[in-house]
Amino acid sequence: MAYLLAALGGALGALARWGVAEALPSQDGGWPWATLLVNLTGCLLIGVLTGVLANRSPEPAWARPFLGVGVLGGYTTYSAFAVEVVVLADAGALPAALGYVLASVLGGVLAVAAGVRAVRRGSP
Amino acid sequence: MTPLLVAAGALAGAPLRLLATRLAVRAGRDPALGTLAVNVAGSALLGVLLGLGSVPAEAVALVGTGFCGTLTTFSTFGADVVRMVEERAVGRAVGQVAATLVLGLGVAAAGYLLVR
Repeated sequence: MAYLLAALGGALGALARWGVAEALPSQDGGWPWATLLVNLTGCLLIGVLTGVLANRSPEPAWARPFLGVGVLGGYTTYSAFAVEVVVLADAGALPAALGYVLASVLGGVLAVAAGVRAVRRGSP
Repeated sequence: MTPLLVAAGALAGAPLRLLATRLAVRAGRDPALGTLAVNVAGSALLGVLLGLGSVPAEAVALVGTGFCGTLTTFSTFGADVVRMVEERAVGRAVGQVAATLVLGLGVAAAGYLLVR
């Protein structure tokens, strides 16, 4: 059941990621706004999900496989990030590549923490 | 057509990622090890796919955006790191970031540049 939920959620998340990429096309070797946007917002949302589920005992069995692994896992991506870093560096844009790595990793981790904290603050 | 291909690739990628994290737990390891494994594998595959250059757009949608994009994840990577920090395992958190960056970017570069 968990695998089915993950697959369905993953398809929904991937479609949302594809939609963002269609809406925010980046030029070859340009700054990858679409991937950065999905990764940062996806990190914020998984922080919110983690915070919400921490307050639920027992947590609904479908929530983590469908929303966490599926929707948010499929919405965010590491492979596109990695290849975009390589393409930026390969084009000689080393400062942009480094900035993109920092913005994604530092921003992503801080976004998760901010999501968790936002839920904790709002709960008793 | 493109959204269908993206969804089809994702239908395979997400459960495979779940399997990887469960295998890590079954082996007595942190699920983050499974996340690391799929992030590295997906980065290598996407690097090769995009490095080839002349791949049809349908294949990029199915295998790249759909499968590789969904096999790999940034949200779980971030959540794993935050969980390790909250467990006061800062060394493991730093190790997870370092391993994900060095291995993930390394194989993406190798795949992308070697097939070109």
